[in-house]
Amino acid sequence: MILPLRITKKDDVPRRQMAAVLVVSIGLALFFSGVVMLFFGLNPIQVFGTIVQGAFGTAMRLEQTMIKAVPLTIASLGILVAFKMKFWNIGGEGQIMMGAFAASWVALYHQGLPAGAMLPLMALASIAAGGVWALIPAIFKAKMGTNETIFTLMMNYIAIKFVMYLQYGPWKDPASQGFPKIPKFPDAALLPDVGGMHAGWVLMLALTGLVFLFMNFTKKGYEIAVVGESLDTARYAGMNIPAIIMTAMFISGGLCGLVGFVQASAIEKTLTWGLSSNYGFTAIITTWLARLNAVTTLFVCLAFAVLLQGADYIQLALHVPAAVAQVVQGIILFFVLGSDFFLRYRVKWIGLARARKEAVQ
Amino acid sequence: MEAFLAAAIVAAMPLLFATLGELLTEKSGSLNLGVEGMMLIGAVIGFITAYGTGSPGAALLGAFGAGAAGALIFAVVTVTLRGNQVVTGLTLTIFGSGFASFVGDPLIGKSVPKTVQAFFAPAPVPGLSEVPFIGPVFFRQDAFVYLGYALVVLISIYLYKTRPGLNMRAIGESTAAADASGVAIDFHKYAHILFGGGLCGLGGAYLALVYVPMWQADVVTGRGWIAVALVIFASWNPAKAFAGSFLFGALSILGFRLQSMGFHISQYLVDMFPYIATIAIVIISTHKNRKEDLPPADLSVPYFREER
Repeated sequence: MILPLRITKKDDVPRRQMAAVLVVSIGLALFFSGVVMLFFGLNPIQVFGTIVQGAFGTAMRLEQTMIKAVPLTIASLGILVAFKMKFWNIGGEGQIMMGAFAASWVALYHQGLPAGAMLPLMALASIAAGGVWALIPAIFKAKMGTNETIFTLMMNYIAIKFVMYLQYGPWKDPASQGFPKIPKFPDAALLPDVGGMHAGWVLMLALTGLVFLFMNFTKKGYEIAVVGESLDTARYAGMNIPAIIMTAMFISGGLCGLVGFVQASAIEKTLTWGLSSNYGFTAIITTWLARLNAVTTLFVCLAFAVLLQGADYIQLALHVPAAVAQVVQGIILFFVLGSDFFLRYRVKWIGLARARKEAVQ
Repeated sequence: MEAFLAAAIVAAMPLLFATLGELLTEKSGSLNLGVEGMMLIGAVIGFITAYGTGSPGAALLGAFGAGAAGALIFAVVTVTLRGNQVVTGLTLTIFGSGFASFVGDPLIGKSVPKTVQAFFAPAPVPGLSEVPFIGPVFFRQDAFVYLGYALVVLISIYLYKTRPGLNMRAIGESTAAADASGVAIDFHKYAHILFGGGLCGLGGAYLALVYVPMWQADVVTGRGWIAVALVIFASWNPAKAFAGSFLFGALSILGFRLQSMGFHISQYLVDMFPYIATIAIVIISTHKNRKEDLPPADLSVPYFREER
């Protein structure tokens, strides 16, 4: 099929144009989401309006928005480190679960610890568990070239089934009268409030800075980027590729594991199998939208937290399923993925007659 | 044993349809990781259509169309706009699961209408169903299962014995060479991505209409991903895809069997079996290096004529 267009590759794109294309594509995505809502009998203006109200309307809702931004940002930073290496870590959910499991093991089985030791130990345990959970597929990838996409995804299901097993089996609270619940954490294991909300936001900001510095100003961070860019270049430069893959994945899984600690300690106050709340998957979208830049990731995650919290609110206010947020997220990313084309290529209308002539040549 | 294997065939069907769909997509050079999403979209649209019309034909058509529509998004973004295939496929999965919970919300707990249930009742094949062992396992099934058998045969013939099948394999192996010999690249890619998506939609619909004849939003639970692994396991061969689906169908109902036989083992640990087995398959497949076991050479390599 011949189109009346000529498509040529662009060399460099000015920042302003990149921003313009991004804004236009997100605008189009929101418009299209509105059309989808109309189709299903919803008033898109009312839905979007209620989402904004639900995210900012009261101090409590704003706090809920921030509470969602914290795990999403930290998980996204973790995914970023892996994606930068073109290692498709879609096992964030499982790494969050295993981090939460390890933190809970510390909290529940070492009850005598003072808060000063308890919280750091829980955090370290969660990083180690999430990191090791991510390291398993990384070792196979590094040593044998095993496909990491399916591997990391399957590890999610195993982790979730494992926590279900604990919740319905050996860790079930005997005092809960048969109700499948794991006992609440002791007070020393609960993340304290700092400035009106739980201390996770401090972690979120600190880690954003740390990951930004790590990826842009350290040798390891640079090596990760090179491995992602071109394995041949990395090999030629004499880099130890398996070691880089394993280090990066340990960091990636460790950050996701830390999310498990924050959610178990500050939100659930125990371990539950639903604790990861899709953050591991949503992080894939936010990280990609942020073009794998840590600081941009923070802002994208804040925006997505608005969408998530707003969606929870419309479920209460309008009885619209919160899954509508997932639909909107998907549509936004489709548009942004598609819009990249207009950054990479110049499309020119040349008319059918000329296109035919050029096709023959 | 016969009853167990017959049940394994039923459990295998969603996997088989999705695996064949992804196989066609990959053979034509595209890696669509949105299988799980397309199955969910097909499941919810198939269920809604069945619920609304009571017509099994309309439900299957709707599911096929819905899966293909999901695949169309993937095709536009990756073939025409040359977006990243991995991320686009992942997005399709996230979008599909959101779409299924959003659209299916009013239907939670509703059951499949009687007319549709009747259509999917087992219909023994005269003659064949009387063959000892083979008959009860393979030929006392429902119409959808027979459609699955037919697809395995038809797709094998298409791939290895027909001109269009040869053309599409050429695209997957070397897009540039196929282009030079005059094969319409974009048309073939679109056609196979869409048809593949339709098959994934059918697989999802079978889950919602027959396997769990009641609507629940998490009906697919990773089967789409298992299908992606099964394509590798099957070395991109439809007959082996059938064998792999059968094996995984058996694995997915094994836990239930073990429990009913009196083994005391946690349901949740048993539920891990198929996922662990999938990982095992992915690891084993890494070691394949016979030529006919390798993936299409140009799989997931973006192609742009002007960039050669």
